[in-house]
Amino acid sequence: MDIKREMKYQWEADREWAQQVARLPGCEKLSSCIQCGTCSGSCPLSIYMDYTPRRIINLVREGFREDALASQTIWLCASCYNCAANCPQKIQITDIMYSLKREAIKSRLYPKRFTIPILAREFHSIVSSRGRSSEMWLVLRMALKSNPMILFTMIGTGWQLFRTGRMSLRMDKINRIHELPSDKRKTMEVC
Amino acid sequence: MSDVYAYFPGCSMKATGRAYEESLLTLFRLLDVKLQEIDDWNCCGATSYMSVDEESAFALSARNLALAQHSGKTQLMAPCAACYLVLRKTQDYVQRYPEIREHVFAGLKATGLPMANTVVTRHPLEILYNDVGLDRIRARVVRKWTGGPIACYYGCQAVRPYSEVDSSLNPTRMDELLAAAGIPTVNWALKTKCCGGSLTGTIHHVGVRLNYILLKEAARKGAEALVTLCPLCHFNLDVYQSEMRRQNREKLDLPIFFFTQLLGWAIGAEFKELGLQRSISGANAIEKWFTAQEVAAYV
Repeated sequence: MDIKREMKYQWEADREWAQQVARLPGCEKLSSCIQCGTCSGSCPLSIYMDYTPRRIINLVREGFREDALASQTIWLCASCYNCAANCPQKIQITDIMYSLKREAIKSRLYPKRFTIPILAREFHSIVSSRGRSSEMWLVLRMALKSNPMILFTMIGTGWQLFRTGRMSLRMDKINRIHELPSDKRKTMEVC
Repeated sequence: MSDVYAYFPGCSMKATGRAYEESLLTLFRLLDVKLQEIDDWNCCGATSYMSVDEESAFALSARNLALAQHSGKTQLMAPCAACYLVLRKTQDYVQRYPEIREHVFAGLKATGLPMANTVVTRHPLEILYNDVGLDRIRARVVRKWTGGPIACYYGCQAVRPYSEVDSSLNPTRMDELLAAAGIPTVNWALKTKCCGGSLTGTIHHVGVRLNYILLKEAARKGAEALVTLCPLCHFNLDVYQSEMRRQNREKLDLPIFFFTQLLGWAIGAEFKELGLQRSISGANAIEKWFTAQEVAAYV
């Protein structure tokens, strides 16, 4: 049986990174967390997470960068802002999660073949190039890049939507594409 | 009230959430509130774009605000909860962080769009409550509700930070609007609990489970239908009920409405004008509430 050290030493933390995160817009109140766990208790998804939101906050402010960035938690966060609405310290936890998602994508630390970051990247790519999202194409692209078999499970849903006139296969595009944020190519290279 | 609202539909309103747009436009027309769709609007960015690139996410969303400003409107209506939140959040960040403001304004300047942050982003629920008013809605009611009580589901993003729709934790305005239209509602604790959004598409069983909990709790409180203000909540609650029935071997068939559909119906709009025929769940339950011709069009 392989016995591994499950806890980290303090010196393995990157305190400088923690300070960097705390300077990002929306993350300023990171250090004022009192670890009460209200965020985890109010989160509808914490029961599925590898680290609860309270633990993520502590990992980040202590500087355990890779643990936080490689977690499933930051991607399971559905941005419902319930934690932020309930936090007694008024920490914008959802915005901290967003900062972590972005850094996880940039540094490629997100869990591989995990559908949620794939969806985010495909969505970003469609919207950057067309100006609008297309639900059906988005689902198709996500499935092709993660697990194409899930398309079979979606046939019934697709038929129901088609029957009620809610399925649009048209790829919408805005007229003045040049007015979209121009640094899109740069950011697409990064991810 | 003489104001014309700029209207930002968002991508869902043109596809899976078509019924929301249909009922919203019908309701506002009947109430003599004028809307003008902003020209060449783009996607708000939702939660996914923000997860990849923040600066561009704000710039993307700010283009819509600038287009509304450019059309001479002071008020911008965004019915989708995600669009509403993103637009409000963009305005908040542009206001509070000079470096974000500079980046966003530089992008707008390059395309010749106005650099201002003065348009007020509004949600139709709160426009109906504040600008139209409960009295005006009450005075227009022509149909009497014979169905059971409804659970108002506010979901998350429309009532969270950056929002002025209602209280974050205990909103009541949708209940008040329905009460003005003569439709009874139930009080329930999960009215702002998240439906999981796009999780039904990514980690399917988790997303479906969240919606199952919502439906079960609403039913336990005596609700015979749910009413939402967000195209994604509506989609999740409406589309996956047959799957929940199969998985849990139980009868669960609640109609899911947009609040604009029920208000529109109460003040006399036609079934099809409200997109009611586009719903998937609850066909059996509504037979006793609507006329035979209406129900015939439902399935």
